[in-house]
Amino acid sequence: MFRWLVLILALAVADGPAMAVNPSEVLADPLLEKRAREISKGLRCVVCQNQSIDDSDATLARDLRVLVRERLVAGDSDQDVVDYVVSRYGEFVLLKPPFKFATAVLWVGPAVIVLAALAAMAAFFRRQRRGATGGARPTALSDDERRRLDALMKDDRT
Amino acid sequence: MIAELGHFTLILALFMAVVQSSLPLIGAQRRHAAWMALAQPTAVLQFLLVAIAFLCLTHAFVTSDFSVVNVVKNSHTAKPLIYKISGVWGNHEGSLLLWVLILSIFGAAVAVFGGNLPPSLKARVLSVQAMIAVGFYLFMLLTSNPFERIHPPPFNGQGLNPLLQDPGLAFHPPMLYLGYVGFSMAFSFAIAALIEGRVDAAWARWVRPWTLAAWCFLTAGIALGSWWAYYELGWGGWWFWDPVENASFMPWLAGTALLHSATVVEKRDTLKGWTVLLAIITFSLSLLGTFLVRSGVLTSVHAFATDPARGVFILILLIIVIGGSLALFAWRGPQLTSTGLFQPISREGALLFNNLVMTTAAAAVLLGTLYPLLLDAVGGGKVSVGPPFFNAVFIPIMVPMIVAMAIGPFLNWKRGDLMPALSRLRVAFAVTVAAGLAAWSIYGDGPFLGVAALALAVWLGTGTLTELAGRVKLFRAPLDESLRRFRRMPRSAWGMTLGHLGLAIAIAGMAGAGAWTVESIQVMKPGDKVTVGGYVYAFEGAKNGKGPNYSLVHGTFQVSRNGEHVATLRPEKRVYDVSQQPTTEAAIHTTWRGDLYAVIGDPEGTDGAYVTRIYFNPLVVWMWVGTLVMVFGGALSLTDRRHRVGAPQRRTGAAAVAAGT
Repeated sequence: MFRWLVLILALAVADGPAMAVNPSEVLADPLLEKRAREISKGLRCVVCQNQSIDDSDATLARDLRVLVRERLVAGDSDQDVVDYVVSRYGEFVLLKPPFKFATAVLWVGPAVIVLAALAAMAAFFRRQRRGATGGARPTALSDDERRRLDALMKDDRT
Repeated sequence: MIAELGHFTLILALFMAVVQSSLPLIGAQRRHAAWMALAQPTAVLQFLLVAIAFLCLTHAFVTSDFSVVNVVKNSHTAKPLIYKISGVWGNHEGSLLLWVLILSIFGAAVAVFGGNLPPSLKARVLSVQAMIAVGFYLFMLLTSNPFERIHPPPFNGQGLNPLLQDPGLAFHPPMLYLGYVGFSMAFSFAIAALIEGRVDAAWARWVRPWTLAAWCFLTAGIALGSWWAYYELGWGGWWFWDPVENASFMPWLAGTALLHSATVVEKRDTLKGWTVLLAIITFSLSLLGTFLVRSGVLTSVHAFATDPARGVFILILLIIVIGGSLALFAWRGPQLTSTGLFQPISREGALLFNNLVMTTAAAAVLLGTLYPLLLDAVGGGKVSVGPPFFNAVFIPIMVPMIVAMAIGPFLNWKRGDLMPALSRLRVAFAVTVAAGLAAWSIYGDGPFLGVAALALAVWLGTGTLTELAGRVKLFRAPLDESLRRFRRMPRSAWGMTLGHLGLAIAIAGMAGAGAWTVESIQVMKPGDKVTVGGYVYAFEGAKNGKGPNYSLVHGTFQVSRNGEHVATLRPEKRVYDVSQQPTTEAAIHTTWRGDLYAVIGDPEGTDGAYVTRIYFNPLVVWMWVGTLVMVFGGALSLTDRRHRVGAPQRRTGAAAVAAGT
């Protein structure tokens, strides 16, 4: 698998420059083309670093763009096209990973973080209402510290 | 010789940092004044030594000394001088050297201007700074020596990646690093406070300016990177949720939270433990950001493993710094007692809500950025986490905060009242609804998210302006009274107003550019015309040319609107001599309504036809202007008298004169 990736990467780099979507690829039907663009934005160019096939110049991305359009012209629904690409390249091509066991933490994580943060905040206010803000009583400033603080504060009043 | 001198001073700097990181710390524990005082000369000497090392590397790049490996790999004689210099930090080794240089500059600044700091706190802060430095020196000297020689020297160098040969990207890394390293000061202060066992308002007054300065640089650095992507990559994108971008965005989110919680510590003597923890988190994310980008771990876990020495060192360093500081926090943090009480609905409560959202957002971005790596590392298979994921998670987290941002400044400290605050926002709310409906009627068929984001921007903008109007008693006092209040407003208050206003402007830009970009891709022959976003682009053909170290093709478009000439656009396509790598230089004509953006691609056939891409990117300039307003607000707040480093000493001597300027 890894060697295969390296090979493709080498080919992609050796290949001449080709900008992202080219005029020759664009479908005549604007509605179909619009759907193709939307689908392309969610599919990863597997030989690039975090680029969608819509943005990428790589040959493989171009092939995938053409493939997506071929399927659309053949009458596939958006989901059919994505499923087809996934069946050939694996779920790695999906920039928005599907919810399943391996990605459960990824999808549930942010919600858990939000809830944990809200709970921590609620606990903080509950503790504060009970009057204990951290246990020990604040220690008084030493004379030297008091003088320095006064010097700092005095400057503020101007 | 000069490269060896640089190598040698780097080793000396390591020893200086070892002394600085140990003796003053022991001195502070044992109340030994002379040992504590050692922190100052060592910090200054460390800075001078690194500065010499940095100059040596710069010399090697400027004179194209191809006996130095780093110069061979990243420079070429045909490169313009500015990119020879930016090549110094345009690579792994050199960027680390820049990092420690900035670290030592900041350390020396504390040593020289920190006269009003308690001696034990100052000694501990400088010691912690030096510990970070020791880690970096060891990393450089053991695994990434920028001064390594090569024999025999090649005839010429391999050149710098053409994408990096650009003014925007030449200054992007130094800006980012000023931000990352600025947060190291907040970190050092936090660790020193944990060792001392106390945090007070004076502490917060020292931490805030460093955090604010770091935040300004980081904001500018991120914007510079985004701007570069916008004009250089050639399809008008400006944010991709790329791991490299996330690496700088996470410290920004945490740093923004820190900025707000430090305000609470300073004014209300509470949230101390949390602020210390935020300082640790922010710097940890900065460190992670530095290494994520530089270690190659992002390309793949395999690339990381190809150079195990570096990878293992980075992991150990991260574990020591992050694990060690969190352990210290767990041990000493509970001793940081707070006295200021406040209700959930209050200014403190609003600032805490900001903290909640910003840290949650940072955590979500961290999760999405590292998840593919972690999953792969534990053998869970390969998964891609791209923009659709981040947009789906990040936007819902941020929306409540932007809504609250307009309300928060109206709440009183300690105990606020929501209803009066909301009633003062009546006008802002009405304007928002009107603007939302107007946007809806114009762009009803467009994405709903764009309309919603636009309304949000209007809400935040008008809410912030309402607060400003209330502060100067506009229309409620005579106009000259309002004007007087306007002029007398503290600069830190301006910082808040401009910071929030800048974000509102930037959100409007993001909404426009994100939702209503018009794109047109076609083959054009000379004389062809195409209409994009109401503008007519007439293609006049393309010519070949030659730049300093590249050959180019530049096309010419005459752009008109309703028959009137608007602009002449000359996009370029460059091929660099050394690497043969092509780059696009988009031609952009900026207006307040949007950018006219043209790119020229490959030739088609033999009759002078070219692939052209033409975009209308609405409101893009608002993003850059908004960011500038934010940075300007931060800088203005930094000049507030209270924040001026060393200001309390003003009457006592020359050091303060230097600090005040």
